[in-house]
Amino acid sequence: MTKVSLTVNGESRELDLDTRTTLLDALREHLHLAGTKKGCDHGQCGACTVIVDGRRINSCLTLAVMHDGDTVTTIEGLGTPAHLHPMQAAFVKHDGYQCGYCTPGQICSAVAVLDEIKAGIPSHVSADLTARPQLTATELRERMSGNICRCGAYSNIIDAVTEVAGRQA
Amino acid sequence: MKSFTYERAHSPSEAAAAAARIDGAKFIAGGTNLLDLMKLQIETPAHLIDVNGLALDKIEATSDGGLRIGALVRNTDLAADPRVRRDYGLLSRALLAGASGQLRNMATTAGNLLQRTRCPYFYDTNQPCNKRRPGSGCAAIDGFSRQHAIVGVSNACIATHPSDMAVALMALDASVETVRADGKTRSVPIGELYRLPGETPHVETTLESGELITAVTLPKPVGGRHIYHKVRDRASYAFALVSVGAVVQRDGSGRVALGGVAHKPWRVAAADAEMPRGAKAVAARLLADAKSTRENAFKLPLVERTLGAVLAEARG
Repeated sequence: MTKVSLTVNGESRELDLDTRTTLLDALREHLHLAGTKKGCDHGQCGACTVIVDGRRINSCLTLAVMHDGDTVTTIEGLGTPAHLHPMQAAFVKHDGYQCGYCTPGQICSAVAVLDEIKAGIPSHVSADLTARPQLTATELRERMSGNICRCGAYSNIIDAVTEVAGRQA
Repeated sequence: MKSFTYERAHSPSEAAAAAARIDGAKFIAGGTNLLDLMKLQIETPAHLIDVNGLALDKIEATSDGGLRIGALVRNTDLAADPRVRRDYGLLSRALLAGASGQLRNMATTAGNLLQRTRCPYFYDTNQPCNKRRPGSGCAAIDGFSRQHAIVGVSNACIATHPSDMAVALMALDASVETVRADGKTRSVPIGELYRLPGETPHVETTLESGELITAVTLPKPVGGRHIYHKVRDRASYAFALVSVGAVVQRDGSGRVALGGVAHKPWRVAAADAEMPRGAKAVAARLLADAKSTRENAFKLPLVERTLGAVLAEARG
């Protein structure tokens, strides 16, 4: 067992964990933050996406012990039912889900995607590597490709992210 | 996952020494490939040495006008670095063509180089695989081999190396800096890092036990058009069937490397020399000793056509 300190959604948490515990299992099974979902558990679906030190990652493919001292934001930390994060509100408005299982990962990913574009990080579909990336649907689709939605709500998800991006721009 | 002990490394040489000393030890950095394989018990390290705390996350100019990329620079940061985007566009393009945003945020430069094949028979522990269990046979050769290698193959293994980044580094003449268990450092040209499968496909690189990659160096920029063209089964977040990384100069000369076709990023000096003569001549040199299966023979014309598209884009 190894001691791990994390700041999760603004609260400092101390855990005593088997070294095998992934960050995902630490959040769900030990901190009971079940908003983050386990889909494939192999980094292929994106349902486990959380934001660590400002960056989106697959929490299933990283060990909790590797994050001692890190700051983690999960879907529970973005907004609350009474005070939704703008991205959460946009997903509701645009019906950006059907079953909802991939939604926490989609929303955490989308929030980070807008930060990545703002930071000027290029993507596979950016025409000019040296120019600032554009806030287009093509860019958003490419950047969201690590989040799979088996219900196929993709077009509504892009509508939701586009609305928030437009509001931010 | 099998249980393991865990330590955080404090210096590259200590990490290398510990890895050589402790039976079953492995380094972990991004972990995106290693943890995936540990969950499937394809990798079962007894001890993990976390190298994330080592100060190997900088990209610095070298005295000869090139770049030195720390082993822990994340794929996202390498692709977004202004110097890389301006002078080594091929590297940015290759990185951005691989994985997903989440994975690129975790995956490191050295980890990307050392990732394991995605051959489905390597991943399926119910199947024979000479890479996973030496001597057990290869289920891919007479199996579903659409994704597999067409050059440099052996009767023991037809797996491909999955990295896009390594294809770009091969075309850019990168070198890999390492520290060995005895504390000595060396620089290995990337062309000498990877081995062909031969009879020992489980031995994938020329690195020694415990040897730790500390950086990747790029020689000074060579100019030209930098193009990475990746052909895959979906538009994003998929491994290459065939990829072509090329730097093409105004006079038509240049260099080219292929992904998705071999056990390592594939570059042939004689093929570079054919660049001004066009895709057919280049492909003939690259694929001179090709040996395809019934299922992956389509990659032979696909290489030539992808090269054709790249050369046309370079001219356009």
